[in-house]
Parts: sequence; structure tokens; C-alpha cells
Amino acid sequence: MFTSMEAWFEAALGQGVDLAEAVLLREMKDTGADRERIRARIRDALEVMENAVAEGLASEAPSPSGLTGGRARRLVASGPRLMGETATSMLSRAIAILEVNARMGLIVAAPTAGAAGVVPGVLLTMREQRGWNIERLVDGMLVAGGVGAVVAQRASIAGAGGGCQAETGSAAAMSAAAVTYLEGGTPEQVGTSVSLTLQGMLGLICDPIAGLVEIPCAYRNASAAIQAVACAEMALAGLDFPVAPDEVIDVMGEVGRKMDVRYRETALGGLAATPSGQRIARQAGMPELVQIQRSGEARGEQSARFGPS
Amino acid sequence: MTGLFDILGPTMVGPSSSHTAGACRLGYVVQAILGGMPERARIGLHGSFAMTGEGHGTKKAIVGGLLGYLPDDERLRTSLENAKARGLEFEFENVDLGEDAHPNSARFDAELGDERAEILGASIGGGQIRIFEIDGFDVDLTGSLPTLVVHADDVPGTIATLTRMLSERGVNLATMRVDRTGRGEQALMTIEADAEIPEELIEAMREQDWVHWIRYVRGLV
Repeated sequence: MFTSMEAWFEAALGQGVDLAEAVLLREMKDTGADRERIRARIRDALEVMENAVAEGLASEAPSPSGLTGGRARRLVASGPRLMGETATSMLSRAIAILEVNARMGLIVAAPTAGAAGVVPGVLLTMREQRGWNIERLVDGMLVAGGVGAVVAQRASIAGAGGGCQAETGSAAAMSAAAVTYLEGGTPEQVGTSVSLTLQGMLGLICDPIAGLVEIPCAYRNASAAIQAVACAEMALAGLDFPVAPDEVIDVMGEVGRKMDVRYRETALGGLAATPSGQRIARQAGMPELVQIQRSGEARGEQSARFGPS
Repeated sequence: MTGLFDILGPTMVGPSSSHTAGACRLGYVVQAILGGMPERARIGLHGSFAMTGEGHGTKKAIVGGLLGYLPDDERLRTSLENAKARGLEFEFENVDLGEDAHPNSARFDAELGDERAEILGASIGGGQIRIFEIDGFDVDLTGSLPTLVVHADDVPGTIATLTRMLSERGVNLATMRVDRTGRGEQALMTIEADAEIPEELIEAMREQDWVHWIRYVRGLV
């Protein structure tokens, strides 16, 4: 897939196609798969996302650790107060996916399991609002995938590689681009939505409590979904950003590489290492983790050895 | 190179691509190399697998893989019970494989009838895995491509014969690697191909008198 937004946009221009079609053509060329097979796989992924949202919103079952479960449902039951129906739907869907994920449910890692709530939270909600049909939604997913691939190749999409900015940040940028594109935004506006989204999430660390993909992950997915739509809104309104998306992605990569390993999914820093975080880790049956959190604080070489992705 | 479905996927049972999806794939590849679901398996978990595996369903995922489940199989949730029903005895232990071992490493000792396989592998992130050792031989397998594992006598012409057989059938090789116990002793050849390898071709390879056994691992997406 494309390794820069610039190359992607140039390819689209050169071929006289839109951004989704350029991604589709490139994937066909890279893999030899035909058009319909690629689109069918995306429809399958969307179906898994919809099922996971439905399951998460229907269930109050706690995760094995008890850290999550039932929050998405609580949010819906409480109803919108401050930001309207759309925001409540997005937040609850993003949380629902992470709750399903924590219970060993079936999800689409888009781009990762830890950030799996953002794309469905945004796209499934905005589809209701904007009436996109399934094929348009597939087009949106192609654009999201194009952005994710650029980020993966220029920077990182893994918490272990670049913190939460790389996980939920990437997922939010993917979502913002998809919405901007589906709402008729120009390629430039799509690029701006990516820049705006990522610049607002630079530096966000990955510090999962007890090393589990639950808290703060579920809430970070929720706020990333809001960030994505907010930035799509600004981009579509013609607000500009003076730094090109490829450059913003490179900054995210640089910040990620310089981020202390304690803040890269090792569960040895940030919220995970707070007294509350340590208490939860002990309760979840991970006394060794607490021991290392305490003893290995400054020992990056050891902390690099632990953590999920 | 990153493909579209590396980003819009994989579809998987949660919660962690490394601790769940990758762990499942390790188990899956182990049973494929062994030639079927083991009757007995002893699994050593190292590093982060040992430390935070419990909350990520790592054991369920590994056992599910040994049962032949792939990462998107929802039976992974109940794999420990399913293993009992299907006659897979398993035992986990925490091991220290040393400083150099990848943090998400697992060591398998699996038996099926008279067959036995000792395999060392790791989940390296994003659901991807590497197999580093089979029966004491060094290998480097991803499990992503169709893979042949050939245990043979270390005699001249073995590599040429196998590659000729493959090329005659139009199978393009991605990687090939040989490790041996000593000159003229035993060799383990691993061949990763770009496309699935026809069963009758594998049968023809098995008929070579210097071949002890061949295992075939279908490529995982």
C-alpha cells in the first residue's frame, strides 16, 4: 500500500480516480486479488464490527478482570445530555467494542485490537446520521485503510511502537479521513483531517492498567472517536492546517520512538504504575507486574520486555 | 510491506493481537508441524506471556490453536474445556528462556501417537508469529506462507531435488533454510512457498529414501 499520503493523492490524480478507488487499485496490484474479493472482505469486516457493537451494547457481562463491561450500555441508558445523540452513539459503540474485545469476543483489529473501537464507533454512527449505503461505507473503509497503511509504514500503529497516539491516534486519523471523504471532502481536506486529528493526539502514552487492553483503552477509544469527527468537521468547513499530513505522521513516529518504554504498552508507567493501577494489577493476579513496576522504574531495558499489543 | 488487511484486520477474538491472536497461531502452527492435534502438550510460557497472559486468554488461545482453531474462532473462549472433550491433555508452566528470548515466547513439547515435536516460537506483535526452533534445529518461519518442514539425512543433492520438484510444478519459493546436526547427519529443511503446495507433490517428496518425515503448514492469512 502507499507509503505516503502524497504518493496516494498523486496516484489518484494520475489515474483520474478518487481516493478510495486508488487504494482499491493499489491493493489489487499488490496482492493480485480482484476488486470484488477485496470489497467482500471489507463488507465481512463491517459485519463483524456491527455484530460486536450489538453484542457490546446488549451485554452487561464483566470482563474476566472485572475492569470493563456494561459501561457502553450504561451510557446509552443514561441518554444524551450535552453533545446530542450522535456523540452518545459514537462513545457507546467505541466502548462496546472494547468491552467485547476484553471478553474474548470477535472484533476487527483496525488497525489494532486495542484501538478497535474507533473506526466502527465513528463510521457506523455517521452512517446512521448521513445515510451512506454499504458500498459507500466500503469506500470509506478503503480510505481509512489507506491512511492506516501510510501511518504503519511511516510511523507506527502499535502501542509498543509509539504509545497510544500510534494506536487510537492512527484509528482516529483513519476515521476522520473516511468521514471527510464520504462527505465529499477534497483530497486536500482529507489530508487536513488527518493532520488535525493526529496533531491533537501527539504524545499520548500507552499505559494499560494491569497490562490489560481495557482501561484506559476503552475510554481512549471513545475520545478518539470524538476527536476524529470533530476534525472531519473542521476540515470539511475548509479550516486548514499548515503542516502536511505526511509531516504530521512523521512527527508522531518521532515522538513515539523517543517515548520512554514505560509509556509504550509495558504497563510499567503512567496510569498503570499509580497506586490505583498497582492495586488493580494485584487484584487481577499480577503481583509480579507490580513488583517490576516498583523495582524497575528506571530500567528501560527490562521494561521493554513486557506488555501486550 | 503493509497490506490493506493488515490495517483493516485481522478479524480476531480479543483482547490482544499479540497475547491472544498470535498465541493462537503459535498453537496452530505447532499442531500443523506435528501432523494433527496433539494428545499431550506441555507448554512453557516465557516473559510477558507468563506475566500478563492470564488476563489476555493466552492459555485459551494456545490450546485453541493446538485444537486447530484460528484467531477468529469463537470456540477459543471455551478451548480449555473443548480440549478435555477432544482428548488433548495439556500442561502449562512458566519458564525463563533467557534474556535473548522474545518477551512473548512459548516452548512446546507436543506428542501425537509416536510423533513428538519440540517447538520454540514467539508472538512478535500484530498477531504475527515466528517459529525459531523445531526439534533442536534452528528455523525461522512466519506461518504466513505455505511451509514445508522436511527432516532428512544430510546427504548431497537433497536441496536440489526438492527445489527441482517444486519448480517443475511451478511453485515459487519465498525462503529456504537448512540446519543440520552435523556433517552427514540429520538436516531440517524449511521451505516457504508463495502458493499452496499440492498434496501429491508432498507425497512424492516423502517417497525419497533420505526423507524421514515432511510436515506441511498451510499459510495463515
